[in-house]
Amino acid sequence: MSDREPPTIDTGLSAIGVEAAERYYLASQWTLMRRRFTRHRLAIIGLAVLGLLYFVALFAEFFATQDIYRRDSDHLYAPPQRIRFMGEDGISLRPFVYPWRVELDLETFRNRYAPDTSRKAYLRFFARGDEYELWGLFPSRIHLVGVDEGTTLFLFGADKFGRDNYSRSLYAARTSLSIGLVGVAIAFLLGCALGGVSGFFGGAADMAIQRLIEFMQSIPQIPLWMALSAAVPRQWGPLQVYLSITIILSLVGWTGLARVVRGKLLQLREEDFVMAARIAGSTAPSIIVRHLLPSFLSFLIVSLTLSIPGMILGETALSFLGLGLRPPTVSWGVLLKEAQNVRTIELHPWMMIPGLMVIVTVLCYNFVGDGLRDAADPYKSN
Amino acid sequence: MTAYVVRRVFYMLITLTLVSVVGFAIIQLPPGDFLDTHLRQLGITGAQLSEEELQDIRAYYGLDSPGYMQYFVWVGNMLRGDLGESYSYRIPVGELVGERLPLTVLVSLLTIVVTFLLAVPIGIYSATHQYSLGDYTATVFGFVGLATPNFMLALLLMWISLSWFGFPITGLFSSEYLDQPWSVAKFLDMMLHLPVAILVVATGGTAGLIRVMRGSLLDELQKQYVITARSKGLEEASLLFKYPVRIALNPIISGIGGVFPELVSGTVITAIVLNLPTVGPLLFNALTQEDMQLAASIVMVLSVLTILGVFVSDMLLLWLDPRIRFGSEKATA
Repeated sequence: MSDREPPTIDTGLSAIGVEAAERYYLASQWTLMRRRFTRHRLAIIGLAVLGLLYFVALFAEFFATQDIYRRDSDHLYAPPQRIRFMGEDGISLRPFVYPWRVELDLETFRNRYAPDTSRKAYLRFFARGDEYELWGLFPSRIHLVGVDEGTTLFLFGADKFGRDNYSRSLYAARTSLSIGLVGVAIAFLLGCALGGVSGFFGGAADMAIQRLIEFMQSIPQIPLWMALSAAVPRQWGPLQVYLSITIILSLVGWTGLARVVRGKLLQLREEDFVMAARIAGSTAPSIIVRHLLPSFLSFLIVSLTLSIPGMILGETALSFLGLGLRPPTVSWGVLLKEAQNVRTIELHPWMMIPGLMVIVTVLCYNFVGDGLRDAADPYKSN
Repeated sequence: MTAYVVRRVFYMLITLTLVSVVGFAIIQLPPGDFLDTHLRQLGITGAQLSEEELQDIRAYYGLDSPGYMQYFVWVGNMLRGDLGESYSYRIPVGELVGERLPLTVLVSLLTIVVTFLLAVPIGIYSATHQYSLGDYTATVFGFVGLATPNFMLALLLMWISLSWFGFPITGLFSSEYLDQPWSVAKFLDMMLHLPVAILVVATGGTAGLIRVMRGSLLDELQKQYVITARSKGLEEASLLFKYPVRIALNPIISGIGGVFPELVSGTVITAIVLNLPTVGPLLFNALTQEDMQLAASIVMVLSVLTILGVFVSDMLLLWLDPRIRFGSEKATA
């Protein structure tokens, strides 16, 4: 734990094995954890992908290609446009897309789309497009990619109003990804407080809190979530709904955390250093915060990481059913609501892309959580 | 052991009481009381009734008494099997739920059985063939299964069945049997639909359980007694199933307690997507129509089912693990 200079030990031995072992014994806990985490290749990949996702979500306005509410009545349910370097007339160094040629199918009365190979819409980087305000503060019209006026760029296709699925998915990422973080923050506070009280004081408080946790864990989450979120008043604004859904999700999430905190505290409070602190006259809160918390912080981080995916999946499921977030707010669940029946998937499979993003996100969180779990106890040999 | 069972039953009763409080709270959640909803349903605005008439109705339904009294009346009615009346269906909630309960229980139980039949052998294989192709496949399947929302899986399977067989699998019965009384033909028809539904629901749970089984068996396999037994020449198969697998099964069995609520949860959403005749879609309809009486009853019924499931799994563990039977506190913690 300490960052003190390691004492120099002169054993007279210079064998590499001894040196390596020495480095191991002299390394701090955090160094060992980092070393072990970086050995977990999937966790590193997961962390990188998550980093990218969060970065894109943070600057969604810039990475989006157009305004997410702009409707294009000529391109209802337009399929995704492929970015090409090869055209009919050979290789182009500038990437481009073919605009859609739209025809009405007289049998089904649906639009039929075919690439219009006579025209090319070149992708422009840092192009001027729809106006936006980054985080509601900085007005701009620069987007990462765009195409000229009069042509279209639907990277993930368009929805039933001809809105761009790609831009909407990016904005949705911001909502869905942040719900996990905010929810976990609330769960963290609740879990630490209740788990701390339970583990440190024991006795009647412990008994009551344990029963509460048992109760929370034994009722099926989703029906409860559904019932609670259905009770969120219809007239509430987007922010209020967002907050209430997050709180509902974290109402269940804190229990696992409280269990970890309690278990570790029970184990640690018997340790000599706690006794020493107590004899030295430290108060209970200061022992918890200054001595105990650092000792199990790594375990806390693991269970925090592993509880984020549950919240993201929960939000997605609730919004998918129409009980969670509601339009005009966009989240992955809200977008997936458009793909609620099997016909949609058959005819417009690109409406499922937000679902893929959910899977990738949850997968990455699980990988990172797995890596962290291995790293959390670096003294355990495997 | 008796003390353990008694304590367990006592805890279960406490949990059930808490569940009933939550159920009552759900009914009270929407703004306004039963009467407002009731009048809205009848298309009567408050203006058409005088203040006195309103008071009379309130007194008739016991709405003028304090909250805790209403709660006790509600619990009392429930214990006598009266779950109240659904606003949206205009029939007793008990009938509505009862109609769908047998199939809900059937689907849940079958799902658990299928989950185990899939997860335990795959987990054992994964652990004994660590880092083999099969292990990697199971691991990938496990992770992706955990990461995929249930409803997406249901949608995907519906889509696959639509593109392969030309019809989507929804519900448990073909349309011609929907309103028919039970018959051999209807039963056979259900047997055709059931596997897909169960498979979808079971996938999520299976993915998680494989990882638990693999992890706990790997831990066991490293222990000294396994090495000792092996060095004494015990045959690999009998060694495996006689000792480590039995111990590794413990977290799985006690895990049913943890998995059970998740399974019931997962079933609700899958059932809504697949339109199964279980209580899931009923709950969804109730919530969208603000029929809180019905919704609360369903949440209660599902919770009670889950709590009973957890209790049964604890009793199973008691039977399976002698350490608990002989009262070692460590094993119960």
